[in-house]
Order: sequence, then C-alpha cells, then structure tokens
Amino acid sequence: MAALCRRFTGFHFLLVLVSLSISSLVFGDWIGDDEGEQFTEELLLKPLPDRKVLAHFHFQSTAHPSPDSGHHHHLFPKAIAQLIWNRAPCDAVGHFMVQKFQIRDLELSFTQGRWNYENWGGSDPISSTNAKPPGVELWATFNVPVVEIDTTWKNLTHALSGLFCSSINFLESSTSYTTPSFVFGLNVSNIRYGALPREAVCTENLTPWLKLLPCRDKAGLATLLDRPSIYKGYYHSQKLRLTSTKLSGIILEQTLTIVLQPNIQRNSAHSLLDGAIQPSWSISSMFKRNLTGSCVLARTSRILVELEKNIVSKLEELGHGGSWSNSLLDLSPNPFRVIKEVNPFPEESNSILFEYVNSKEYEPLDVGIKWKLPFVWSSPHAPFHASRFLMGSGTERGSIAISLQSTKSDEYFRSKSNECRMQAVVFQVVPWYVKVYYHTLQIFIDQKLQNLSDVIEKIRVTPSEDKKLPGTLELVLGYPCTVQSVALTLDFDKGFLHIHEYPPDANQGFDIPSALVTFPNLHSSRIYIGDDSSVHSPLLLKFQEKNVVLSYTEVLLVPFTTPDFSMPYNVITFTCTVLALYFGSLLNVLRRRIGEEERLMRSKDANKRGLIPSIVSKITSKLRGMPGSKPLLIFAVVLSVLFHYIVN
Amino acid sequence: MKEAIGVHSLAAASCRVARRFRLASILPRVAATLRTRLLLPRLKLYVVDVMAVKEEGDTSQQGKKSRSRLILRLGALLVAHSGLVSVVCCAAGIIAFILLPVLANNTYISENALMPGSADPAFSSQEVLDANRLTMDILNRGAAKASGIEIAKLLREYIVAVGAESYYHKFVPRANKFHPLHFFSSTTDNLDLPANPSCGSFILNAVGIIRAPRGDGKETIVLVTPYNSQNTTYSDAVSLGIGFSIISLLSHVTWLAKDIVWLAADSRYGEYMTVDSWLKDYHGPAFPGETSRIVDDACFEENNSDSLDHIKVEGHNSYVYKRAGTMAAALVLKVVDKKEKEERDSLSIYAEASNGQMPNLDLINIAHYLAVHRQGLRVKIGSIIYFLKASWVKLLGEMLQHITTLAKLLNPKWKLDITSADYVEGTATLASSIYYQALGVPTGSHGAFRNYQVDAVTLEFSPRSSLNNENVRSAFLLKTGRLIEGVIRSVNNLLEKFHQSFFLYFLTAPHKYVSVGIYMIPFGILIAPLPIVAAALFSSNNGSSNKDGSWKWLQAAKVDTHVTQVDGFGSVDWYQAVWILLVSRVLVGVVVRLAHICGEIVGTIPMVCGTMLMASGPVKDGVSEGPHWDLTKLVVLKKVFLRLRLGSTIDFFTSGGGGGLWAPGHLSGCPHQARRLSTMPSFSLAVSFVRLLVLLIEDAFPVEGTVGVSSPRVSAKLSVMTEQPPVARTAQEPIVAPGAWTNKVHLSVELECIDWSTHITSLGA
Repeated sequence: MAALCRRFTGFHFLLVLVSLSISSLVFGDWIGDDEGEQFTEELLLKPLPDRKVLAHFHFQSTAHPSPDSGHHHHLFPKAIAQLIWNRAPCDAVGHFMVQKFQIRDLELSFTQGRWNYENWGGSDPISSTNAKPPGVELWATFNVPVVEIDTTWKNLTHALSGLFCSSINFLESSTSYTTPSFVFGLNVSNIRYGALPREAVCTENLTPWLKLLPCRDKAGLATLLDRPSIYKGYYHSQKLRLTSTKLSGIILEQTLTIVLQPNIQRNSAHSLLDGAIQPSWSISSMFKRNLTGSCVLARTSRILVELEKNIVSKLEELGHGGSWSNSLLDLSPNPFRVIKEVNPFPEESNSILFEYVNSKEYEPLDVGIKWKLPFVWSSPHAPFHASRFLMGSGTERGSIAISLQSTKSDEYFRSKSNECRMQAVVFQVVPWYVKVYYHTLQIFIDQKLQNLSDVIEKIRVTPSEDKKLPGTLELVLGYPCTVQSVALTLDFDKGFLHIHEYPPDANQGFDIPSALVTFPNLHSSRIYIGDDSSVHSPLLLKFQEKNVVLSYTEVLLVPFTTPDFSMPYNVITFTCTVLALYFGSLLNVLRRRIGEEERLMRSKDANKRGLIPSIVSKITSKLRGMPGSKPLLIFAVVLSVLFHYIVN
Repeated sequence: MKEAIGVHSLAAASCRVARRFRLASILPRVAATLRTRLLLPRLKLYVVDVMAVKEEGDTSQQGKKSRSRLILRLGALLVAHSGLVSVVCCAAGIIAFILLPVLANNTYISENALMPGSADPAFSSQEVLDANRLTMDILNRGAAKASGIEIAKLLREYIVAVGAESYYHKFVPRANKFHPLHFFSSTTDNLDLPANPSCGSFILNAVGIIRAPRGDGKETIVLVTPYNSQNTTYSDAVSLGIGFSIISLLSHVTWLAKDIVWLAADSRYGEYMTVDSWLKDYHGPAFPGETSRIVDDACFEENNSDSLDHIKVEGHNSYVYKRAGTMAAALVLKVVDKKEKEERDSLSIYAEASNGQMPNLDLINIAHYLAVHRQGLRVKIGSIIYFLKASWVKLLGEMLQHITTLAKLLNPKWKLDITSADYVEGTATLASSIYYQALGVPTGSHGAFRNYQVDAVTLEFSPRSSLNNENVRSAFLLKTGRLIEGVIRSVNNLLEKFHQSFFLYFLTAPHKYVSVGIYMIPFGILIAPLPIVAAALFSSNNGSSNKDGSWKWLQAAKVDTHVTQVDGFGSVDWYQAVWILLVSRVLVGVVVRLAHICGEIVGTIPMVCGTMLMASGPVKDGVSEGPHWDLTKLVVLKKVFLRLRLGSTIDFFTSGGGGGLWAPGHLSGCPHQARRLSTMPSFSLAVSFVRLLVLLIEDAFPVEGTVGVSSPRVSAKLSVMTEQPPVARTAQEPIVAPGAWTNKVHLSVELECIDWSTHITSLGA
C-alpha cells in the first residue's frame, strides 16, 4: 500500500513536471507570437509649461479574437474578457456568464481634478483622449439587439461597479444615462453614455485597476505608482478602454494620466522672480521610487520623453535641433532613439520623442530633465476654449451658458481664414430636476444674437422626463473660423424634489455633468517618421490615430431649495394633531344627548356668570361653606407645588 | 334662510358619509346634533362676527340662547377691554424689547464640518515677506503714476508669477445708487457703453484665480480687497499685500477643495459699486471678448515695456472674464491704520447686508473664534456710542442686574444674570445691529454678495499702532494672514453651503446673539393690539344703533374698496407693505440717528414721542376730515397690521421697529375737532421732516466707498406695475429670482418718502 502510494506520488510529480514544461513551452511560444496575447507597457513623460510634468502610463493587453483556448487566458484579465466576449460559445455551462455583455467598445474613466486646457494643451493626442471630466465617465457600445441594450447596460454598470469598487451602479437608473446619437462620431443607437461627476476617486479604485495588469504593481513601470506621490498631483485620471472586433480580438488599454508638480525649492529671496525657471525633475524625484527592470511578461517596456514643438522651435533657434543635451536643457541618461514628428507644415517645428528602453534589471533607469535657462513656452491650444457657467442666482431659475472663446493660437486658421468654417459639436446632458427650456436657446457670436437656423447645422434634443429621463442636447454649430467668441445660453427652472430624492449633503446643491465640446473637423493625429519601431509601440500607434479634438467643460453646481429635513417629523406630528382633534370633536358630537343638555343649560343659564367669576364664586362658596381645613389645605398644596416647580 | 339651506345641504352631505359608513341608524340624531350644537353658532359666527354673536345673545329671547365657546368669550373679553390690552401690549412689547440683551445666548459653531483652528496655520514669514514686497512696490509705483491702472497691472504681474490665473475685470462705473428693494424691479441698468469711451471712464480690477488642485471647480471662495487707485493709502497697500500673500500661500497648498478668487477691487468710485458690478458680471452673461477690446488696446497696451516678458505670453486673453463655480462664501478684507495706540491688534466684523439680511452666523463665529482663540485679536462689532454713555441705559442695566440676581436666587438654572456693564455694551451693540438691519443699507461691500445668496463678511483689521513700524507690521501681517487662512480653510472644509446656523439674528456682542425666536416676541406683542382695536371699533359701531349700523358698514366697505381702487387692483397689499416698510425704515433711522446725534442734550424720549406723533399723523388727518373717523381708523389699523406683517417677509426688523413706532401712534389717534390739521400744512411738515432725515441718513454714511443713499428727491415716486414679467428674457438681463411673489408685483421703488398723509386723507373725504 505504501509502495503504491509512493509510486502514485512519483507519477503525480512527473505529471506536474510535464505539465510545467508544456506550459513553459507555451509561455515561450506566445511571447514571440504576434497573434497571441500580448502585453505592453509604456510611459510618456512631458514637461508642461506651468512647471508641472505630465506622466502618462499606457498599458495594453490584447487577447486573441477566437476563444480557441477555451475560457482560459494567459495574460488577459479574465474579468474583462467575460465582459465583452462577442461570440457565444456553445457549451451550456458557460453560456450565461460569457454571453453577458457583448461589448463592442467601452470606455471607463475615473478622474480627479480638471485638465487645464490652457496650460497643458488642448489639441495634442494626450489631451484629446485622456482629458476627462471629474468623477466617473462611462460609455459603451453593444453588440446586442436594441431592445436588450438597456438591460445589458444596467448589468454592465453593476459588474463594473463591483469590479472597480465604485458606485458606477448609480448609472443604471434611466435618469442618469442617455443615448447620444452623433457626438461620438458613430451614428449608432447602441451606445449608452453616463457620468457621475460627484464620484470620488481614490486608491480603492486604483487597486482593482492594477489587478488587471499581469505584473500588477510588483514589477515594471507600474512600480512607479507610489500612492502618496501620484495622488498629490494636480490631475489624476485612470482610464480603461476596451475594443473588441472579430479581426483583432479584444484590446484592453489601461491608461493613467497624472500631472505632477516636481518639488520646487522655494528660494526665500527670489521666490517670485525665479518663476520662469522650470524645475528639474527625474523619475525618482517625482515618484519617490526607482524604476528597475520591466515586467517580464511585457513585450515592450519603454519610456518616452516628449518635447513639445514650442520647445523644439526654441532649440532650433539656439541651433541644436534634436539634441538632448544643449544649452537649454539636459536630458539624462542618453536616449535610446529619437523619434521625430512629421508635420504637414514644413516651416513649423515638430515635437520630438526621446525613447528609452526599460530593460536593465539592476541599474535604475532614472530619466530626467535638467533645465539650464529660464524658459517659457505654451502648449498647443484647441482653436476654441470651452467653458460653461451658471447665470442668475436664487433658487427658482437660472441659465446655463456655454462659451467658446477663440484662443487665436492655431496657425491652422491663419492659413485659410477666409472660407474656413468651423464646426463644433456640443453635447450636454442635464438631469431632469433642472428643467431646461430648450426653446430659450440663444446663440451669440461675437456678442451678437444669431438666428438659430444660420448657426445650427444639426440639432437633436431629448427633453427630460420627470424621474425618468435626463434632458439631452446635441448640437452641431457651424461658424466662420475668425469669430472671437461663441456663446449659447439655455434657461432653466429648478424643480422640486420629493424628500427621498435628495442626495446626501443636499444643501451642497446638484451637479450638472460636464458638457462635451468636440471639433469634428480637427484631428489630433501625429505622424512620426516611419521607422518600424513605432509599429511596435501601441502608444505611438494611438498617437497616430485620427482623434477628434475635444474638450470637457466644468461641472456645474446648482443650488437647490432644500426642505428642512426634519419636516417629515413635523408633518407627522401636525397631521396626528389634526386627526386627533377631528376625531375628538366628532366623537364628542356623536356622544352628546342634545335634549338633556339643552334643558340643563336652560335651567343653568338663569344664574350663569362668566368663567372666572363662577370659579371665584365656587371657591368662595366652598370656603364659606366649609370653614374647615380641607380646601385651604388643597390650595396650600397647589401653591407649594407651583412654587417648588418654579424654584427648580 | 340661507342658514337653513346650508344646514340641509350639510346634513345631506353628512348623510352620504354616514351611509357609506353604514351608520344610518344614528343618522337623524347626527343631523339634529349638527344643526343645533355645531352649525348654527358657527354659521352665525361666519356671517356676523364675534361681537355680533355676543350681542345677539344678549338681545334674543332666553330660550334659544346658547352660550358661545370659551375661546370666543376670551376674544370678546380682549376686544371689550381693547384700550387696556393695547396699553398692556405696548408696554410689554417695549419691556421685552429692553430685555433683549439679557436674553442673548452665547454663539456656538453649529456646522461640525467647519472645524476652525484644527490645522496649524501655514502662513509664515515667507508670506509676510511677499506681502511686504508687494506693499512697497505698490507704494513706489503708485506714487510714480496715478493713472489708476498701474496697480492693477502690478497685481496681475504678481498673481501670474505665483502661478495663478489672472485677468482684468473692466467696467464703466455707474451712478452710485443703492436700491434697497432692488429685487422688486425687473429693469436693469443700462449696460451700454458710452459712445466715445475714454480711458479714464473705465475701472480696472485685477482678479486672480487659484484652481484647486484635484478639485472639481464647482465651488469657490472669494476674497476681496478694496483699494483706491487714485489715492492709494498705506493701509490700502497693506491690505493688498495681505491679499496677495494669501494667494501666494494658497497657490501651493494641497488641501484646497474649492477655488479661490481674489478680487482687488478698485474702489475709486465706491467699493460697493465695484464689487457689485463684478458680481453682476459673474452671474450674468459677461461673455468673453467684450466689444470694448479696442479701447483696451488703446488704453492699456501703450506701454508694453514690461520687464517680465512672460506676462505677455497669455496677454491676449487677459480681459476674458473667468469664473470659478458657485460661491460658497466671501471675505472682504480691509486694513485701517489708526493713529492712536491700542494694546492689541483688533478686528471689526461688519455683516449687515441690504434689507437686514445677515450672513450665516457660523461665518461670523469662525472669524470670531479664530481671531480670539488663535490669533489673540480683539474683536469688535459696531455699537452706537450714545448708548454706551447714556445714563438711563446704565440705570436700566443696574436695575436689570438686581432683578436678574433676584431671579437667579429663585432658580439657579436661569441663565439670566447680566452685569450692568454687559447690559450697556449689549444694548449699544444691539442698537447698532438693529439700526443697520432696519435701515436696510449694507455696511460694506459684503452686502453685494448677499444679493446673490452668498454669505459674506467684512473683516476690518486695525493694528495696535502705526504700521510704519517694521515689527508691528510684520506681527500684524502674520496674524491677519493666519486668521484669513484659517477662515478660508474652514470654509474649504464645508461640504454643504452654510445652512446650519442662524440667518436671522442680532448680535449683542461678538460672541452673543439674539435669535429670531426671541426677538420676534416683542414684535408680535407690539402689533397684536392693532387687530384687537380694529375689532373693538368694529363692534362699537355695530352695537351703537341698528339702523345706523348697516349704513355705516356699507360706508366702511366703501372706504376699503376705495383704498383698493386708488392703489390699483390686486397689488395693493404689497404696494402698501413696501410703503409702510420704507416709512418705517426712515422712522427707525431717525430715532436711532437722532438719539445718537442729539445725545444727552435733547434726550431720546422726546424724539421717540415726536416720531410717534408723526406716525400717528395719517390717522389724525384722516380722522379729522371724515365724518366717520372710527371707520377710517379701523381701516387704517387693519391695513397697517396687514402691511407690517407682509413687510416682515422683506425685512423683519424694519417691520418690527416700525411696529413699535407705528402701533402706539395709530392706536392713540383720535379726532381733534378743535385743532383741525389741514392737509397742506401736515404734508409740508412731513416733507421738511423727511428732508431732514434723508440728510441725516446721508450723514450717517459719509465715507465714500460705503453705500450712499440715492439723491434725496422728496417726491412720491412709487410706480406699481401689475403686469406679469415677460417670460422670455433677453440675454442682457441678469436673472434675479427674488421669490415667487414678485411675479405678481413689480414695484420699482427708490428710497425716498411717500406723501402718505395726502394719500390717507383722501380716504376720509
């Protein structure tokens, strides 16, 4: 028996060994296989004009289109794969789980802080894809019949809510999501869009996000994510983008965009004058971590440092075009490669990317820039800066105004200013309790009120329905490029809510989610000089995509009338009192015997006096009648009780 | 007959009800009961009145007589002794009023989220250096050029250098008019630019905005430092220095959740106007790219020789109006350099806004708490000096001290004890509090914020000795900076807007308040006799003689409708409420102001009596003219009562004070057959009187910069517009939402006097 047992264990061991070796073979196999699952990690660093630094982490996992390997994945997170599987497998067991949400496209972002379009750029690929509104934003397109979309969306919100430890499930109610028709470029009806502007974003959302990475934050670029340093930044947006097609399979992009302020030594004497000197920074000084080695599962792991074209033009002025060590700045260590952008306008300078390959295991790769001279530049702006504000005061009505202000910075318009016509798409979702009167839409161009039909090329309005549907406004504006400002206003009334409809902290007011303004005929694509390396960089591929320039406006806070929340109590007591009085008097009436009483009264009325005299007379008569101690005693007792009461 | 029908229909209704409840068996009994016990007396009551029931009861035969209920009999008792009741009520009201300082409670911080003083201040000597540098720069540059825009430019340079956003707010000064009841008017100021704007006609404010890192930009805290660009004093420069040092500190802190806006308001033509126009643009459609850009270029770009090149980088949008979300609170910061020495730096808090509105008490509480318990400043709030010195107040205080000690002997739990000195001080502070709330004129530029439902206070700092002393200035800057940092930090902690604490209150000391629950008692007592006396007049008329009575009632109804017709249909109550309010406001102002000015020489009591006599004018005039003086008086009393009550929704204490002044005067009004005051003399008397007091009120606000009352035009100017406001508003019109009822009445009122005496006498004729 013992021998058998030993032999069995030996066999078992052998089995394990064999399986291990097979798996290692497979492991080695897919690492080299372009068609299989892949994982890449990249980090883009970019100095910003206002003495801050942008760090953009880009992790991309891809899964094979066909579920040949069953439901098992090597690298791709299973939780995500389950979300979007677009082909129903035949087996009955997995049927329900796998077929859950047939997602074609999904984007989920958690953002804290606002993207500063003026200083951090408004027309480059980073800002047009990674500048997100505060809070949570989710949109998805589905591969299911139209009638099932809403239920699928509801289930999806719950699944994501569990996955990312956040209250995305609040998007399930029909009052919080909407169906945009042409804002996202796709003229489809299977898209759903929802935003939660008040959602707080913190590490509890980051941890599940990191869990989707094969190395988590134990190795590779993600080790840099030291929580205190990244949450100290000025902007923090973690995004998850899923696309699934039958050809390329599932692509999961996870990006984390943060804007950090490198430590500035505030020099006491010259704190104001040295404002122009950019702070020098390096990875270790910003993240308080050292980068050693890549995630072994990653196909590529690289760091890119981008210098904007305004810096490059300055460098060219100084006479050193693409050098990384010059009189203005010093990039260390030496980059692996320099990638230059190709611009349609040859006379302009282009941005430069310096590439570092993160491979050394033992020596930390500490990329950094040291500035030598004071230097000020500006980021490329979007042609129009969008902002939104509330007008009016009080708790009855107000107006929303969206203004587009020309930044006058884009050479694109200067070149062909005459017949150039600008298009802007405004997408605005308003909760139902802000009752917008869409007929009050007014559009001002350069301060002058315009005829709506002259300016609006396309409009789609979904009026809100109380407690059911938010109001949605989609609007395509067309106007000459040369205008200075465009403003549109909408009046609204503030609705009254039921007491249970108020959110916690109702006295803060209510949020109107960010509006989205896109410029469909402007794209933030970049073309890089064709070297084959860029093909392997998903981040650069992403930069070369034709992304529409867009900007999100501010979240608005609308102060509402709030009831006194102790009111239900008051109402209950009041109603109870009224009911008691009513029933008391009714019963009183029913109980009375009228004839008796009238007779009694008639006999009494003869010698009736007022209330007080009668009491007095009663007391006096009683006193007179009984000269004994009893009434006096009672009187004294009452007095003493009263006195005692007053004194205590 | 009608009664019978009513009873039958009611009985039928109750029959249906009863059937539903399957109580048909007791139905006849119920009907009978209803008829006899319940309905008959009530219907009588509705048809006639309290007294009618009583008198009918007296005259009708014994058999049908049934005693009315206790409450009715009590009412009848009150009405029967209306004279006594009104005397008692007036006396009780005045006594309760005098007792207000005794009843004041200690303030407490009601909103837990504020947590004042729980963090160590980060404001350090570094920021003091920043403040000093800016102060010196302003004084140097301001002395060199007095063009008015030099300081704004300098401030913008500093703000940009610190990393905050900045822009110029530019506007054309309007006439310095303050409309206390501006929310009645839907008309807006004409915002058109003059045809040929010159550079000097603009005012330029520098505004800096700190965007909270990681904040969502929904809310903002506003900091205002007014300064006079034409005549920049040293204390102006210091206050700008403090403002800048706060901005410089907050630009690199990590805890901000709300944006910070710093408005350096050029108060060349009055600070209220400047702040108000900035706020108007903030809440209105001040779209970027003003048409007046050409003017900017001409005026402000002439000297581009800026030493700091980087400012030009975003120079192109330096006039674009920027906003930063809904305002949570606002602080107006001022420095007053006093010549005389004090032992400690002090802080004066001004809080009264228009129409007696106050900021939330919590805002004052945190400022007071931090000033006293953290920075060791002496906190002062306005008080009327006359009451501090008046011997009768002192006497009253001593009396009350004795009484309260006696009361404390009775029950040690009663917290009524007050020392005589406390009482005197409390009275003086309370008087000033009442005065400013009743006058309805804001005590500073913080009043502009209250019009937009933003809580705001003015913090006025004064150093213990002259600021020219380096050490004094540094210590002073450190203290004030830390205090403001603390207040901003507290407000920043707020999740909800201020709502926990009181909005209706008086301060009797910086840390003591009288809440509305207490001070409405004297008001209630004071106006209670008005309806009682009216009822008494009613009953005495009704009871005098039957044949005459009905005719008289017809007359009364005629008088009443006459009033209504004269005033216009429907809006009459509001119209007269505002009217009474204004006159009360003037009266209150006069009483307190005259007491203050005349002081010991004349004494206050004759003044009060004089005003009361004036107040009783309309009754007397109307009374002496008409044949039925009691009817006129009755109508007037009813009207005054209604109007005071309506007016109390606009400005509680003006109505309260008005009640105190009007009620006795009206109640004591009686016909003077012998001394017949004709309309003209009394009117001219009123006019001269009002002219005097308008002058006095203007005298009360001598400081330019504070709010001045509009030009004293003594004319009846009160136009009533009853039409609905246009539904579709033009975009130029800022939206003011005062409340639902203004839909019905839009009154454009200017502060002035109304010839009420002629108005009322027209009734009697």
